[in-house]
Amino acid sequence: MSSPRGGHRFWTGRRREVLAGYLFVAPQLIGSLVFVLLPLGLVFWYSLHEWNVLAGTFEFTGLDNYDALLNDPALPGVLAATGVFSVGLVVFNLSLALWLALMLNRRLAGTTFFRTVFFSPVVVSLVAWTIVWRFLLQENGGVNGLLDLVGMTGPNWLRGEGTAMLSVIVVQVFKNVGLNMVLFLAALQGVPRELYEAATVDGAGRWRRFRSITVPMISPTILLTSIITVVGSLQVFAQIDVLTSGGPGTSTTVLVYYLYQQAFQFHHFGYGATLSVLLFAIVFVLTFVQWQLRKKWVFHEQ
Amino acid sequence: MSSEVATRRPRNPRGTPAGGRRPRGDSARGRLAVYGVLALLSVPFLFPTWWMVTSSLKPAGEIFAFPPSLLPDSPRLDAYQRVFEVQPFAAQYLNSMYIALVVTLGTLAVSSLAGYAFARIRFPGQNALFLVVLVGLLIPSEVTIVPLFQMFNEWGMIDTHWPLILVPILGAPSVLATLIMRQFFIAIPHELEEAGRLDGLGRFALYWRIAMPLARPALGAVAIFTFLHSWNLYLEPIVFLSTPENFTLPQALTHFVDAYGGPMWDVQLAAASMTALPVLVFFIAMQRQFVEGLAHTGLKG
Repeated sequence: MSSPRGGHRFWTGRRREVLAGYLFVAPQLIGSLVFVLLPLGLVFWYSLHEWNVLAGTFEFTGLDNYDALLNDPALPGVLAATGVFSVGLVVFNLSLALWLALMLNRRLAGTTFFRTVFFSPVVVSLVAWTIVWRFLLQENGGVNGLLDLVGMTGPNWLRGEGTAMLSVIVVQVFKNVGLNMVLFLAALQGVPRELYEAATVDGAGRWRRFRSITVPMISPTILLTSIITVVGSLQVFAQIDVLTSGGPGTSTTVLVYYLYQQAFQFHHFGYGATLSVLLFAIVFVLTFVQWQLRKKWVFHEQ
Repeated sequence: MSSEVATRRPRNPRGTPAGGRRPRGDSARGRLAVYGVLALLSVPFLFPTWWMVTSSLKPAGEIFAFPPSLLPDSPRLDAYQRVFEVQPFAAQYLNSMYIALVVTLGTLAVSSLAGYAFARIRFPGQNALFLVVLVGLLIPSEVTIVPLFQMFNEWGMIDTHWPLILVPILGAPSVLATLIMRQFFIAIPHELEEAGRLDGLGRFALYWRIAMPLARPALGAVAIFTFLHSWNLYLEPIVFLSTPENFTLPQALTHFVDAYGGPMWDVQLAAASMTALPVLVFFIAMQRQFVEGLAHTGLKG
């Protein structure tokens, strides 16, 4: 193709190639700048302001919001709820997922059916799933009805201080454990069978083979699923809003829910932005730690 | 139990552990035990969906009956009719449908183009630009919800569907899709593109006619992820939308309440059933492609 400026060939193959590269990445790149980096910068900027949307105030106050954050009497409870939820979810989710995957990996007849069963809640609408569980966990609901049949009296799950958090965790585990299970199953099927045979010849028992072969061989997947699950656990919102609205008291008010309340219910955008910075810092540190762990802990990576 | 099921079943006789115990995976009793445990574990996965559908067919009086009836005594569809009287549910259904479809198609286009370029085209600044895009992986959308609200407010897009379409296609949610596509495109052998080049294909033709048809499994997995993500979106709709006609399904489901704010259980469960069942049935029909595509991308992503 000839150049618009005289007879030189401007659009050489190399230039066309470079142009194609930029054009191909342009939508994603512009999107990242406008919808990721710009709002991320704005979050920091807003956090330096006293900004009440209802009152129409927007005033630079330096680090006042961060001072308020450190002295916020609600914050320790919010962070504790967030931590309990995340740790509970990750431990329960990953161990159940691995256990289900190990059982399905025995390739008995009918395991495809059970795989579908355990996976199905992943594709059920999140809010629909949560609403059903809210219905089931009512004081006179299905769960207590079943307990009653075996002669037990269940508590009012969603209203009790101790049981509300447990309920939210369990509902979320059953919703998404199928996803991690499928990832584990794929990883287990990639472990060479010869390793187990060799270990068995050497006299290694089941537990030893699990610990010394299975776990190291699937460690990249364990890391991947734990990152996905931890970051996902920090984003839990719909479940809290539908099941408990953060209650009873503030026992299930996790950070994202608190952020939502401050910004969109109490209209404190400046303080909401400060809480966003805190959420970002937590996600950042956790991701960093997990990537560092990868170097030490993960057996190998392709 | 966990240590017992922790390994593959050793098929050959050498697999028998030193103590002479029979490997449990092979014995009929062991297999029965595994089936028993699997069946028991299925209850919390199946029962909620079952209970949702059957309860939506019960009259309000029977919903909390004791002992609970597994099947409705006299199934009726009243609740399904009321769903459409209490809220503009058909419009809300259509909203969720079209938003999820547009977001899915848009994400496939944006992420496959970017993933292809990052994987197969060499251009200056490539690595730096890739890092810029990857930042999105570190930022849950909840972190940026306050400034995004303000931005869309200034653009006059509050109570419209634009935020629910633009942010997922172009923002942080599509970054994972781009990463998955890039991993997939990297693995395509060079020879295939060389052949296309000799036939005189340009970059776009190489992408569209050679790379994309090969990428079907990855595209399928991305499409499913994206559709479900959009279909389930909850925080964003309740922040951005305020008119019931504009609501999406997850948001609408929580609005089936009586005058005192108490839930209208039968109506709510009918609406939930209509939201959940079509997607569930579709994915069960497609589950082989779906689960396997997911597992493969999961391994590489």
